[in-house]
Amino acid sequence: MSTAELAVVASRPRARLSTRFLRSELKIIFGRRRNIAGLAVLAAVPVILAIAVRVSSPGQGDGPDFITAIAGNGLFVAFAALALELPLFLPLAVSAISGDSVAGEANLGTLRYLLAIPAGRTRILVIKYAAIVIFAVVATMVVATVGTIMGLALFGGGEMTLLSGTQTSLADGVWRLALTTLYLAAQFSALGAIGLFISTLTEQPIGATIAVVLVNVMMFILNSISQLDWLHPWLLTHWWTAFGDLLRDPIATESIQRGLITALIYAGTFWLAAWARLATKDISS
Amino acid sequence: MTSAPAGTAPVVTSGLTKQFRRQIAVDRIDLEVPGGAVYGFLGPNGSGKTTTIRMLLGLISPTAGAISLLGTPMPAAARSVLRRVGSLVEGPAFHPYLSGRANLARLDAADRFSDPRTSRVRIDTALDRVGLLAAAEKRYRAYSLGMRQRLAIANSLLMPRDLLVLDEPTNGLDPQGTREVRHLIEELARDGATVLVSTHLLAEVEQICSHVGVMYEGKLVAQGPLSELRAGSAQTVRVDTDRTDDAARVLNELGLRDIAISAGYVTAALGEVAVEKIVPNLVNACVPVLGFAVLQPSLEDVFVSLTGEGFDVNG
Repeated sequence: MSTAELAVVASRPRARLSTRFLRSELKIIFGRRRNIAGLAVLAAVPVILAIAVRVSSPGQGDGPDFITAIAGNGLFVAFAALALELPLFLPLAVSAISGDSVAGEANLGTLRYLLAIPAGRTRILVIKYAAIVIFAVVATMVVATVGTIMGLALFGGGEMTLLSGTQTSLADGVWRLALTTLYLAAQFSALGAIGLFISTLTEQPIGATIAVVLVNVMMFILNSISQLDWLHPWLLTHWWTAFGDLLRDPIATESIQRGLITALIYAGTFWLAAWARLATKDISS
Repeated sequence: MTSAPAGTAPVVTSGLTKQFRRQIAVDRIDLEVPGGAVYGFLGPNGSGKTTTIRMLLGLISPTAGAISLLGTPMPAAARSVLRRVGSLVEGPAFHPYLSGRANLARLDAADRFSDPRTSRVRIDTALDRVGLLAAAEKRYRAYSLGMRQRLAIANSLLMPRDLLVLDEPTNGLDPQGTREVRHLIEELARDGATVLVSTHLLAEVEQICSHVGVMYEGKLVAQGPLSELRAGSAQTVRVDTDRTDDAARVLNELGLRDIAISAGYVTAALGEVAVEKIVPNLVNACVPVLGFAVLQPSLEDVFVSLTGEGFDVNG
């Protein structure tokens, strides 16, 4: 086929608004065995938790509120699993994806071919970050969904006792779980923006991932030093546990709002930092 | 050499320079690739070819100088012009766990201008052109080096291109694969594309290129049509005779330089001497001329005369 013939088959030179690039990005993330295995580990926690509580005699645990509440209502398996995965597993999963986002392509050398298409540096960062956000939502939803299924199967549903002591319906409980999932996904998305930025600094995806985990753990450590309490409201992770407020009646919105604003500021700042870095970077990988 | 005004040739650079910390990788080069040319971008490894190509494609920004690609300034016009440029930069790079076809689909999906409805046809056409259609579903990690190189070339053919920038396209290919890539380049040039092909293999340039630019230690030491470049370099004459000493004396009197006497023949650099005067003078001096030839310099001779060094300086 000559160039002229090919020109007939090929498109007219007009930019298209399409989700192809994003879908291709998601296919790469969710088509990777490593990432699927990671999601399976996330899903394993509510399964193990539900079974462990089921086989132990009820009423004897003095664990966190959520876990003792499981025997009362299965939906609490989901909340408890989210609380357990909040400090490490979920952030780790988001760190792996976001750390790999740009550094992984640079490491393979595929970044230079994306740029030569040209895919556009800003566009690459928009698509990469959109994929990170989607992954954060999916990862959180996997934990919540598996927790719900396991909890309802092993402990049943029915009326649910909130942290504030009031009773509410199962439907309201599911609604509050959905809000919790979205709140946490927003928090992990903000962490993902840090990951995206770090990922533009290096060609080593593993190094980038480790750096994001370190940043995450460092925020937890700083948050636990009471002498630094002036700093705490500025730490992203400080607001993560505020999701418990969604289980009060009425929902306490103050911390949730502060948490969402903090996440938004982190996401915006670090996305712009990533852009400032990649837009001018010499791609020599 | 003088650079043409921007906009006339598909690739024009003026004073293009790239400095990495203290090292000057590319030093004020004025590249000019005329339309329809197959331009051999020649030079040993480390001479600045790939850095130049990266600047042409907007991957790295020049320290100084200007680039015009297909008549538009780079990197300012990267968005509109790069889609008309197919490229292979510093070897193939793909996702190892995706198949060849899936890798091309990925790159096609990232192209704002590509039509999803024709994606499949264009990908398979490109794969077919480089002989990879049978291995399209194999994972990239299972590809041989030659197959990887072909896949990278297929990527540059996904869309109709006015300019192809191919960095070492025959690297890692066996002789058969090298021939195929040569034919492919000739075919693309026949279809009207301009091709800039960088290589460190002189034989490749002699076989397919109409124009040559020679890079050496970051500088463009020569550039022009291959025939001109050859003509500009010293021609050598060879006289076959059994009286070599007498022949050498006559050549010296005529003004030839670098006379070398071997068993049965004498060679000398022609310089400014008129070729037709040599044989009559030898005959007048009673030197039996058993054979006479004017030797075209090989590209390697040209290179040595330009740089004062052998070609494979850095391997």
